[in-house]
Amino acid sequence: MSETTTTDRVEFELVSPQRLLRSEPVEMVVVPGAEGDFGVLPGHSLLIATVRPGVIDIHEGGQVKESIFVAGGFAEVSPERCTVLAEEAVPVGDIDKAAAETRLENAKAALAKAEADPDATTAALGRELKAAEAMVAAVARS
Amino acid sequence: MSNLKDLKVRINSVKSTQKITSAMKMVAAAKLRRAQEGAEAARPFASRMERMVAAVGDSIAGIDGAPRMLVGTGKDDTHLIVACTADRGLCGGFNSSIAREVRKMALNLKRDGKTVKILCLGRKGKDNLKRDFASDIIDTIEGIGKRNIEYGEAIGVADSITQLFDDDGFDVCTIVFNRFQSAMTQITTAQQLIPFAVPEAKDESNGEAAPKAASEGPSPIFIFEPEEQDILSELLPRNIGVQIFQALLESAASEHGARMTSMDNATRNAGDMIDKLTLIFNRTRQAAITTELVEIVSGAEALK
Repeated sequence: MSETTTTDRVEFELVSPQRLLRSEPVEMVVVPGAEGDFGVLPGHSLLIATVRPGVIDIHEGGQVKESIFVAGGFAEVSPERCTVLAEEAVPVGDIDKAAAETRLENAKAALAKAEADPDATTAALGRELKAAEAMVAAVARS
Repeated sequence: MSNLKDLKVRINSVKSTQKITSAMKMVAAAKLRRAQEGAEAARPFASRMERMVAAVGDSIAGIDGAPRMLVGTGKDDTHLIVACTADRGLCGGFNSSIAREVRKMALNLKRDGKTVKILCLGRKGKDNLKRDFASDIIDTIEGIGKRNIEYGEAIGVADSITQLFDDDGFDVCTIVFNRFQSAMTQITTAQQLIPFAVPEAKDESNGEAAPKAASEGPSPIFIFEPEEQDILSELLPRNIGVQIFQALLESAASEHGARMTSMDNATRNAGDMIDKLTLIFNRTRQAAITTELVEIVSGAEALK
C-alpha cells in the first residue's frame, strides 16, 4: 500500500453469476477474506483470496459508506482494481431480518437432518449454514 | 357437396394451427429477449472466473500434487458427455443438432475403445439418444430453467458431476450445448470441463484492463490467501458450476431463438397452405354453381 500511486482511488467490481453488480472507483474497500478481513487501497499488491460469508465495507472519506453482504466467493486484487466474485450479494440495508433468521433456522434444521443420515453430503449445507449465520450477524451489526 | 365442406374444415384447421404457431412465435420472441440479456449479463462473472483460474493455474503449473480436476487423472479411458438440450420440442433443429453431435462424439470414442457415459440435461436429449445409447445414459436432469435459470441449479449439476469425478466415475468431461449467436443461428459447441483447459492468461474480455496488465510484466506474481492448492480446490468446482451455468444460459437463449425462427416458418407455411386451399375451395364452389346452372338451363330447355 504505497503512497506513490498515481491514482488515489481503487476500482471496485462486484460480480454475481447473474450480472455485474458494481463497478465504481472507491477510496477503500474492506473484504472479508477467508483468513481475515483485508482492506484494499490503491496500489495493493497482487492478491487472490477466497472470501468467507460476511460484509464488504466500502469506505469513503474515512467512513463506511456502504455495506454489502456476500455469501462467500473469491477476490482478485491488483494495484488498480479489486474484483470480488460473489455467489450472492445483497446490500446490508436490504436484508430482511426475519427472512435471514428463517433462513438460519432452515439451514440448521437441514444440516441436522443431513448429519443424522450417513449417506447425505453435508458440505453444501454447512456452507449454507455459515452464509445464513453471517447474514444474521450482518443485520445485527447494522 | 361434401367436397366443399371438407375443404372448409381443412382451411379452418390450418387457420387454428397458424394461430397457435404465431402465438408460440410471439412468446418465444419475448422470452428470447430476456434470455439473451441474461446470457450477456452473466458473461463478466464467467470471464473473470476464467482469468482467476488461469492465474492460479499458472502459478501451480508443474508443481506435484496439482488438483486432478486441473491436470486430469492421467488417463483417458472414460468420457462423460453432458448433453444440454431443451425439455420441449417444436424448436427446429435445436435438439437434434445436439443429439447428432453427441452421437458422433460417442461413436468416435467407442471406436477408439473408450467408455462413454452420457448425462442429459433436458428431456429431449434423452428422447433422442435413448434409442442408440440407452445403456450409456447415466442420468437425466429435467425441468432446468422452467422460468429462469438459477445459479443454484447449475451448482447442483456441477456438484453431482464433481461427486462422480471424485468417485473415479470418468476421466474427461465435455459439455455439448448450443452457443447463441443470433436468433437464426446457433453454434453447436463442445467444451471440455474436466480437466479444465486453462486458457491463455490474457485478458480479451476487458479492453481497458489489458494494457495495464501488460505493463506489470508477463507473469505477475500473486499473493495467495490461503495457499494456491486450497484456493484451487474451492475455485475449480465453482468454475465448473459457472461454466455449466453459462452453457445453460446460452442454450436457453438458443432454444428460444430456434423456436422463434421455426415457428415463424411454420406460420408462413400455414399461410401459404391457407391461400392454396382457399383457391381450390373457390374453384370447386364455382364449378358447383356452374353445374347447377347447366342443370337448370337444360331442364328448362327440355320442357319446351
